Formats: sequence, structure tokens, C-alpha cells
Amino acid sequence: MSSDETTKTETTVETAPSASPKRHRPVLVQMETPNLVPERDLGKMPVLQAEHLGIDFGGLTAVDDFNIAMGRTEISGLIGPNGAGKTTIFNLLTNVYKPTRGTILLDGYDTAGKSVVEVNKMGIARTFQNIRLFNKMTVEENVLVGFGNSMSTHLLTDVFRLPKHWKQEAEFHDKAMDLLGIFNMQGLAQERAGNLPYGAQRRLEILRALATNPKVLLLDEPAAGMNPAETEELMENIEKIRDDFQIAILLIEHDMNFVMGICEVIGVLDYGRIIAKGTPEEIQNDPKVIEAYLGKQGVK
Amino acid sequence: MRTQPPALPRFYWTCVRERKCCAVTILTQVLNGLQLGSIYALVALGYTMVYGIILLLNFAHGDIIMVGAYISWIVMSQLGLNPVLAIVLSIVGCAGLGVLIDKVAYQPLREAPRMSLLITAIGVSYFLENGAQLVFGADAKVVPEYFDLPSMSVGGVSLSANAIITIVVTAISTIVLTILVQKTKLGKAMRAVSEDMGAARLMGINVNNTISFTFAVGSVLAGIGAVLYSMAYSQATPTMGIMLGTKAFVAAVLGGIGSIPGAVIGGLLVGFAEVFVSAIGLSVWQDAVVFLLLIIVLVVRPTGILGRPMTEKV
Repeated sequence: MSSDETTKTETTVETAPSASPKRHRPVLVQMETPNLVPERDLGKMPVLQAEHLGIDFGGLTAVDDFNIAMGRTEISGLIGPNGAGKTTIFNLLTNVYKPTRGTILLDGYDTAGKSVVEVNKMGIARTFQNIRLFNKMTVEENVLVGFGNSMSTHLLTDVFRLPKHWKQEAEFHDKAMDLLGIFNMQGLAQERAGNLPYGAQRRLEILRALATNPKVLLLDEPAAGMNPAETEELMENIEKIRDDFQIAILLIEHDMNFVMGICEVIGVLDYGRIIAKGTPEEIQNDPKVIEAYLGKQGVK
Repeated sequence: MRTQPPALPRFYWTCVRERKCCAVTILTQVLNGLQLGSIYALVALGYTMVYGIILLLNFAHGDIIMVGAYISWIVMSQLGLNPVLAIVLSIVGCAGLGVLIDKVAYQPLREAPRMSLLITAIGVSYFLENGAQLVFGADAKVVPEYFDLPSMSVGGVSLSANAIITIVVTAISTIVLTILVQKTKLGKAMRAVSEDMGAARLMGINVNNTISFTFAVGSVLAGIGAVLYSMAYSQATPTMGIMLGTKAFVAAVLGGIGSIPGAVIGGLLVGFAEVFVSAIGLSVWQDAVVFLLLIIVLVVRPTGILGRPMTEKV
């Protein structure tokens, strides 16, 4: 309409590419709702962004128009009824499923066309709803597998146990112990992962994911099967992990006390779409959320 | 066509015929059992490695050994080159072939049902056997002696250098393999892949490279097996891999497939069983006894000697 507006958009299109420091670093998408990012993360590049993310399985749309912009040290939650598509979103973000639509930017880099391994190296790690530890390996070995990427060892030095091997082994043993220390699990280091009690397995899965040195940690129902005391402790530990490692954490959880107590931003998913987004207080009072959980009667 | 491995050395029969059941005979037989058992153990280790990681019974494994024996024959007999070169090329050739088979035949089927993979393995096995027959002909080729090794006699027991080399090489291979799987980063990756490929990928493990590496290691063992087998029997035929592979497979299952010490125990057991049956003059029953042993173990302890019994969580 007005000539003023058209010239304005043109200039931004021109200046945007030169403003980006590296050529392969895509221009950042405008944050959709910047007010949701915690204050301390404002002004920094969001660590994880997804725009209009969607996936169809055959004719079924499992996730549609999912948007997120996570601050670098934000703890967010994803809630919703069973089958709403929460775990599907985790699978999309880690590239286990290739999205039908939309883009994912991890620390500013597009993850399209990358393999699951490459996306992990780019800085995303996750745990699983049904625990998927390497059960036959020891607790320490599970963590060491996570370290894999940062371990630059040589096969022959390892096989023939050359001095360099011992040095590296000691170094990674210490690192693994430090990590296990977060949950006071040093004493269980030589135990088989499959023999651990349920709660300890969940905690170990978090540590194994942390060992891959992520920028974003995705936790799929971390408190499932834990008693209230354990859940309480897990909340403290997740915050501690966020503070110590300075990473963003996105979690799926059904335990509302847990979600409301720890998350700064919550997204509510129903039938593959985000129906509400906001702080815990906003979510608790949102009629659409109550409707999704309790049906239409619940609103009255 | 299933062919039997060439008959065991003649002195078994002299011993049996002359009823010389003395300590010397027994010791000689033990040594022979160890030698034959070591070869089976080495081949069984290859089966167990691959099975342990991707739950594939690599039926082409025995045929990789056959190719290894032909490589030795070509290098020494046809090209007249150094035996050391023949050994190196046999091992390297087998490793390359193993990785190639994985990349071409198995890798496209990573997400396919296990049955497809199994049928493909059988197909690869036939391809190698018939390919070798096409290229080299059906007749046996004589693989020359690698080295002219002396045979010593200690107190009447003849110790062939071949037997000692075979036993020592197998022992070293087993130790190296155990360290590789238990202690190295790649070994950890292999074990992680064997338990949960999907989770391993999400922890940043390159699954395809890990599996290719497993095939390379398994095929190096096949290459070493090829050299040791050629040392003992001095011939290569297109179908030599079938019975050798099957017996080693029996050994792996006996010991508990997927277990490294199990493969060694199984291999030695099969070797001793064969030598014992021959020694008491029942050599026609040699193969039957091996398979009978398999049936008994499968009935009594289906997971093999060192295999862990499957327990399901309720």
C-alpha cells in the first residue's frame, strides 16, 4: 500500500545476510514470543528454535505448526493428554523423524538433512519415556559411551594398553565420576545399568545424555515412576544441572506439581497442536487447557 | 554340495590299529584336538562378534575364509611371491571383503526384519561359493607350505610347529579381541549398538561405521583362520568354507553365541570331539558327533554353555 513500507522491508532483506557473521549460519528467525524467554536469556540467540514444525504419518497429521524459541538456560515443559504428540516432537527435534514441514535451528544452525548423530553433535541430547540404557554395560560405561564424541583415542593405543591409554582412561574415569556425582551415584559406577532400581536408571539416563555435552537437553517424563521425595530431589537436581552446565532443558511430564514447580514456560499440546503457551500460572488458569484435560464440562 | 574337510593326519590310524593307547598317543591327540579346536574357535569368534552386535548369523563367514585361502594360493603358487606377503594379503583381503559385503548387502537392510538379513547372508554365501567355482574351477588347489617348519619330538610326542603357531595365534587373538570389546571406545560403541541402535545413534555413535568395523574385525579373524587352515590342510576348494563355517557356527552356539570365551570353549570342544571320535576309529561319525553335541546342548541349555539364560521381566 504505502511506498514507505515496501522500501523498509527491502532494506531489511538486503542488510540481513551481511549482518550474519558466517555465511552458513542462517539468518535468525524472529522470535515468535520473546516475552516468554526468561529475562536472563533475553538478547542472546535462542538455543533452540522451531518454526511451523509439522509431520504427517500417511494421512494423519501428528504434529502441526509447532513453534518454539528457547532461551539458553531456560527450563520449559511440554504437557498434554496421551497421544497429543509430545514424544513425536522430541523425535522431530532430534531428527529421528524427518519433519514434513517447518525448520529447526539449533544454536542458529539448520538441522535439516543432518543425521541423528550429527544433530547430537550439534548439541541436542535426550532421555526416553521407556528407559533405554545400555543394560548390560556398567553405569560408568554408559556415561563413557556418552563421552564418545569428546574422546579422541586411538584404537591401537587402547588395544595394546600403551601409557597414553592409561592417562586417557584415568582422565575419563574422573570425568565420569564427576558427572555421576551430580546424583551421588559414584558408588554404583561398576554396577550393571540393568540392575539399578528404576529411579536410578532414570537419573543415569539423564547423566548419559549430559555426557554428550549438549546445549539442549530433552527429558521425556523424567519423574515417571518416582515417589514424591524422589521427584522433589529430581527437581532440585535439574535446576542444578541447568545452572552448572548452563544449558536449556525441555521436558515432557505428566506430574503437574513437577511441571508447575520447575518450568518457566509451558506449552500445552493437544491433537498435535499447541493450544496454550505461557507461565505456569497462565496455563493453570487457561480454559482451553482445562478443556483439553477434563472435557468441555470442566470449563463450566 | 557339502564336502568334508580333508582327513586328519595318518598317525591317528596307526595308533588305533596298533592299539598303542599310551600316554604318548593321548598327548598327541590332545595337541591335535587343540590345533583343530583353535581353528574352529577362531572362526567361531568371527561368528560371535557379528552376531553379538547385529544379531546376524553371517553365513558368508566360512566363505570369506575360503577366499582367504585362495588369496594365499594366488600369491604364493601363481605369483610366486613371499609367504609373509601371502599371509598379510589374505588377512587384509578378508577384512576388505567383509566390510564390502556389509556395505553392499547388509547395510541397506539395517532397518529390515532380521529374516531378510539372514536370507541375504545365505545368498552372499552361495554367491561367493559359486563365484569361486567359476573363477578357480571346482578342483582343489594346493596351497604351498608358508614356511618350512620343523617338527620336534618331545618324549615321543611329535610337536608340529604349525600346531603350536595355531594355538598361540588363537590365544593372542582371543585376548586382543576381549580387550578390544571390553576396554576400548570402539568396543563400548559396539556393545552400545548391540543393545539399542536407536539410543546409540542419539548418543552420537555412528552405527554404520561401528558395524562395518565389527565386520572388519570378524573378517580379520576369518583371514587368520584361512592362513591357519591352509597351514594344516594345504588346500583350497570353493566349498571348503561350508563345513568349516558350519562347525564353527556349532561351536559358537555351543559356547553361547555372542560370548567371546564361549566361542573359544565351543571351538575347543568341537575340535576335541572330532579328534577323539577319529582316534577311537569312528571317523565316519566325526561330523555326526559334532551335531549330536549341538542337539544335546540345545536341549539341556538352549543359550549355550556361557550364554546367559533369557529372563523376562514380568
